[in-house]
Amino acid sequence: MVALVAEPLDELEVPAEEEGTGKHRRIRWWRGIVLFAVGAYFIIPFYAALRFSLEGSNGKFTLSAFTSIPSQPGFGAAFALSVRLAVITTVITMVLMVPTAVYVHLRVPRLRRLFDGITVLPIVIPPVVLIVGVLQVAPTVLKGTPDLLALVYVVLAMPFVYRSLDAGLRAIDLKTLVEASRSLGGRWSSTLLRVVLPNLRAALLSATILTVALVLGEFTMASLDQYQTFPVWIVNFEQDDAHVSTAVSLLALVGTWLLLLLITSFDRRQSRRWLRKESR
Amino acid sequence: MVERVGESAQVSAASHRSIPAGDPGPVATRRGAGGAFEDDVSGRTWRSRVSPFVGLAPFALYTLVFLGIPALAIVYGAFQKPSGGFTFENLRLATTGIYRTGYETSLELAVISSVVPGIIGLLLAYAIHTSKSTNLRRIVSTSSGVFANFGGVPLAFLFIATLGTTGVATTWLRDLGIDPYQHGFDLYTLSGVALVYMYFQIPLMVLVITPALGGIRSTWREAANNLGARSWQFWRHVGGPVLLPSVLGAVLLLFGSALSAYATAQALTSGSIALTPIQIGTFLNGNVLAGEQNVGKALGFGMIVIIMVVMLLYGILQRRASKWLR
Repeated sequence: MVALVAEPLDELEVPAEEEGTGKHRRIRWWRGIVLFAVGAYFIIPFYAALRFSLEGSNGKFTLSAFTSIPSQPGFGAAFALSVRLAVITTVITMVLMVPTAVYVHLRVPRLRRLFDGITVLPIVIPPVVLIVGVLQVAPTVLKGTPDLLALVYVVLAMPFVYRSLDAGLRAIDLKTLVEASRSLGGRWSSTLLRVVLPNLRAALLSATILTVALVLGEFTMASLDQYQTFPVWIVNFEQDDAHVSTAVSLLALVGTWLLLLLITSFDRRQSRRWLRKESR
Repeated sequence: MVERVGESAQVSAASHRSIPAGDPGPVATRRGAGGAFEDDVSGRTWRSRVSPFVGLAPFALYTLVFLGIPALAIVYGAFQKPSGGFTFENLRLATTGIYRTGYETSLELAVISSVVPGIIGLLLAYAIHTSKSTNLRRIVSTSSGVFANFGGVPLAFLFIATLGTTGVATTWLRDLGIDPYQHGFDLYTLSGVALVYMYFQIPLMVLVITPALGGIRSTWREAANNLGARSWQFWRHVGGPVLLPSVLGAVLLLFGSALSAYATAQALTSGSIALTPIQIGTFLNGNVLAGEQNVGKALGFGMIVIIMVVMLLYGILQRRASKWLR
């Protein structure tokens, strides 16, 4: 670096420009290969599973694996249980994490990095270890109900929810917003509900979707706690009909993904409209 | 961990209002915030010093109850005889024989499926980051969130349909004259599991590393270019050193995630590979020899120790990373 700086400038300028175009081409070329390889890795299993689920027992094309899902034995109960867990988990997570994340950003920003560390813990602590501990210390009242799972799922959802909220809070000028609201006489509760939350709409939505996706897909704890949630049902049902099991898995995956995509694009349109209004 | 417990008890005995403000480490905060919670009852003069932490009390309490106490229960159980009383026997059993093999295989799997997806994820994140297409960016970022959470049995299904003995890709490769099963590949062994883990590890890497990539400012790049630096020189002297702590931190995270994955391996191999999480699961399902009931907890304790080391390194790296990335 130092040696390069010492060289006369006029000699450097011309090759630097040529280097620029060549480099751009190289980056594009790289990007193409990476995107193609990763895309193939993610799409081929998807295609394979789709083909498998569309295959009837006689090898012919049929939609029956998809159309028969709602009438499968046990599907309704398992799905209802998972939805119930998802609702409880989402409510507790939001009530707990939103004020905490706002508080950390506003009052103790120096703890932000520490929070990054704590909220990452549930990704790395094995769920199988956690559930052993939870089952050991949980009071019998809780052990007898599947709602215990929801309480633990809150911890599992923390990393994704906190990250999402953190990104949302970084993107807005939280301090100014809060000060403006407070100086206009807004109470803390109304500041949070009517000023901060609307600005965090996108972050809240994606946090919710990720939480729901997590609960609808969590297998380890549910199976070890011996409750037949949706993913546990998929596995148990596989022994009866693997085609239907695969179809359900695919639907769950695509459903979550589409929902998330829809929400982000909807939010983009919303914020664009806001910007336009303001500039007028 | 045990030491920490003792330490924490001491602190609360001496002056349980001391708040280790700048003290890093998850255990320290939990202790600190727990202290703040107790503090609300007594000691008005402390309130001003403590007040910034009071708002964190609900969060701290929740993590303590559902993360801290279960972890402590496992540590405690690891040193207990089934009949009660202190013992090292569980730990001895957990570090010998099949359980030792389990740790070794788990670590090997975790290393492979953190480094490889780490590199691929970094390349993908960079390709997306430098791309001008917002649609591509949106698709990749939303998919990352969904796929990072995808796992377990549905994931195993996807790959059995793809690379199982009669899977789609296997058939394609056979038609091309390459039979992967004739060349040492087997979906139901370590290499197969590692390949499947990439399906959630790559998106996790993209999620974690993308903010760090945003920290590489284009002005640095331009400055380097104006000074005549070539692309590799920029990465060697500027981009690389700035990004390195974040990348290593992210890889450590992937390591932890791979180490703790249970459902996918269970569904894919149904226990034919010795992996510690699956062995712990077996204990929970009640398939235990008499007198060995607590070996599962000792195994869990071993994993907690590994995770603590990983998190310590992660914390150090994060501190270095935050010097540049604001």
